[in-house]
Amino acid sequence: MKKKIQSHMFFGIIWLVAGVTLAALVIIMGFILVKGVPQINLEFLTQEPRSMGSEGGILSVIVGTLYVTGVAVLLATPVGVAGAVYFTEYAKSGKIVDTVRFFTEVLAGIPSIIFGLFGFAFFVVFLGLGWSILAGGLTLAVMILPTIIRTTEEALKTVPMAYREGSLALGASKWYTISRVVVPSCKSGILTGVILGLGRAIGETAAVVLTIGGSLNMPFSIFDSTRTMSVHLYLLASEGISQEKTYATAALLIIIVFIINTIANAIGRRTVNG
Amino acid sequence: MKRNMIKKASVLALVLALGITALTGCGSNSGSTGSKVVIAGSTSVQPLSEELATAFMKDNSDITVEVQGGGSGQAAVALADGIADIGALSRDVKDEEKGTIVKEYVIAKDGVAVIANTDVTISNLSLAQIKDIFTGKITNWKEVGGKDEAITVVSREEGSGTRGAFTELTGVSVKDSAGNDVDSTTKSAIVQPSTGAALQAVSSTPGAIGYVSMEALDKSVKSLTVEGISVSKETVLDGSYAISRPFIYGVTSTVSKSAQAFIDFVMSDKGQALIEQNGFIPVQ
Amino acid sequence: MKTNEKIIERVIQVSAAASVAAVALITIFIFVSGMPVIAKTGLYNFVTGTDWSPTSGTFGILPLIAGSLSVTLGALVIGIPTGVGCAVFLAEVANRRTAGIFRSAIELLAGIPSVVYGFFGLIVLVPAIRTTIVPLAQKINPDVSTSGFSILAGAIILAMMILPTIVSVSVNAINAVPQDYREASLALGADRRETITKVILPAAKSGIFASIILGMGRAIGETMAVLMITGNVAVLPKSVLDPVATMTGTIAMEMTYASPSHKQALFAIGIVLFVIIVLLNVIAQAVMKRFGGAAS
Repeated sequence: MKKKIQSHMFFGIIWLVAGVTLAALVIIMGFILVKGVPQINLEFLTQEPRSMGSEGGILSVIVGTLYVTGVAVLLATPVGVAGAVYFTEYAKSGKIVDTVRFFTEVLAGIPSIIFGLFGFAFFVVFLGLGWSILAGGLTLAVMILPTIIRTTEEALKTVPMAYREGSLALGASKWYTISRVVVPSCKSGILTGVILGLGRAIGETAAVVLTIGGSLNMPFSIFDSTRTMSVHLYLLASEGISQEKTYATAALLIIIVFIINTIANAIGRRTVNG
Repeated sequence: MKRNMIKKASVLALVLALGITALTGCGSNSGSTGSKVVIAGSTSVQPLSEELATAFMKDNSDITVEVQGGGSGQAAVALADGIADIGALSRDVKDEEKGTIVKEYVIAKDGVAVIANTDVTISNLSLAQIKDIFTGKITNWKEVGGKDEAITVVSREEGSGTRGAFTELTGVSVKDSAGNDVDSTTKSAIVQPSTGAALQAVSSTPGAIGYVSMEALDKSVKSLTVEGISVSKETVLDGSYAISRPFIYGVTSTVSKSAQAFIDFVMSDKGQALIEQNGFIPVQ
Repeated sequence: MKTNEKIIERVIQVSAAASVAAVALITIFIFVSGMPVIAKTGLYNFVTGTDWSPTSGTFGILPLIAGSLSVTLGALVIGIPTGVGCAVFLAEVANRRTAGIFRSAIELLAGIPSVVYGFFGLIVLVPAIRTTIVPLAQKINPDVSTSGFSILAGAIILAMMILPTIVSVSVNAINAVPQDYREASLALGADRRETITKVILPAAKSGIFASIILGMGRAIGETMAVLMITGNVAVLPKSVLDPVATMTGTIAMEMTYASPSHKQALFAIGIVLFVIIVLLNVIAQAVMKRFGGAAS
């Protein structure tokens, strides 16, 4: 009898915990979406900000976000994929590989503010890039590198050895095998990693605000300063400039991150099945 | 095959993109003779700089003016690091900054309003009382004639020009024997990193007191009079309001042509009229 | 053709070394920039000094360490039971459809950017603490008052942020427990609850422990959310309702305007932060490696 009560209590608590967690998620997302989505209209998406962002839209911010994350992904993907290829296809074990892998794990754990500090001291000041998309993009690229390396590694591992052996048996060189057989057959897995990295880059604030600055101008060259949506949200919220615009930016940000993650998952699922 | 081509193409595109922008962008780096002007510093001056920049860029389409924040403390630092052309300050330039900031332009005047939560009952404070509250000597509103309620002090961050001006003019910050500023703001003050954040904190915390640029005042907080004088354009200009400070654009000895053009615009009648339009006090 | 292969292999090796280069560069820069201050103040004084007044030249970061640790601890107190509970739910209790939905929910939580969490905390949690918790606390101690910017606010938000980490690693740990354990336990007469609490969870404990360490690392390294809701007051806290300043928040807030010597001090905080987090990650990796091989 006592055991039954204990059992019911236990599972009751488990369901409660799960329910509370779900409720927390619903509260956060619901609150921001309910208050923010009504503020998102065509004007918001297509006009440039005026009066420190309290009027107008966030067009330059949207462009800035695309620009910066684009640079980051463009820089990190080749390096990340190449790195993963190295781990799985060339050097599979040994002290050097272990050391490099260890450093990659360390890189993954470094908090974003340290990246911001480093990005500011190295890219902005030392290399003389100033507050710019390039400085921010480089910093973000270093941040998302481990993500891309990890997911690419996982993807490469799913390619059956038979593919490699078959290709080599047919007389192809190792590089040909890798570049024309192995990598293409897991390209959706790699793409998933890139998109996940993209999602991380878009949500990043601390590293970006120290390296990109906060200019509201429409960015043109890679040396221009701009704002990403996360930075804009932070500045709007801490300056208390406009409640409506803040909610709208937050809502738009969540929606975009949600879309990106959904796409990544959809592609990821295709890899497993196909 | 496709993946390899995409990789090769993207690397090539990247190199090309970097190369092209490096060539064209070389000239647009701040601090050089390029067509970009970067203003960094006070967040109090920032909204004003934005308006001035927008107006200036309309008539000068070949020059881009970028406005960054960071606080008055950042102005000299950014100038010294070479990442800004103009440093914006909302307080007097400190002695140790005068090495970097070789020329100062006072572009406007501003009063620092002392604000309190709307539930605070008193309406006036003397400078001495303000100093004691912000240094933590007075901790309850009843000690200055209000109700029995703990005072929550809201302060700006240390690099803020508003904080620098406020603490210096109220005596919260004094110079020690070596000439360094010693800021005695109470350690238990809530620190907010901007005007807007300070305003929000004061308006939403019962019993709170803080300080913001007078231009930021709105109905969500109560503006207190200082020594019986309320903050207004007139009292700042005639000097009767005790806590007023200058908005300054500072430059190094190597000012770019575009930066100088912008400053000249700001100091002109057109620029000053714009400043007045935005609720600040022009210097003329 | 052969030389081509060699060249390509070299290029790939160099790319792989990029992570090493990045970490090395970051480490060197942070240490070089921050060491002078630590050397001048002395490591002991730096870490245990209680006065953080950087513009006056006093660099004691104990209040900041206390701030980071207190919100992290608070986050763990809330996050561990919740996280392990959710992991049990996902791995043992929910049916496939419910588990799928719940897993998506957790992924959603993980995807929310930290600045959005900070904004939510600022607009909702901080006022809520002030208006609801304080009256409750005042029944016990009538002198209690707070602006809402507090350890509690930081702990709640951080708990939500590290939850996905704890849940996903713990779920892996629980799933790695062999099915034989469950069957044997049930065959011996234990009910499902006893099987979970006395057999499965203990068997998965190193994985769960690793998840906690990882969550701790994430919490200590979090910047934006704590910057917006803990009040940034560099004083040793006396209760969970007191405001604090974290190492990360202080760096972020003061970096922009810091004078050269002040900047060095911020880099020095960065060194301390870096060392703590790298250590935590190394421990977590080591534990996970052990658990990976010993799940039999």
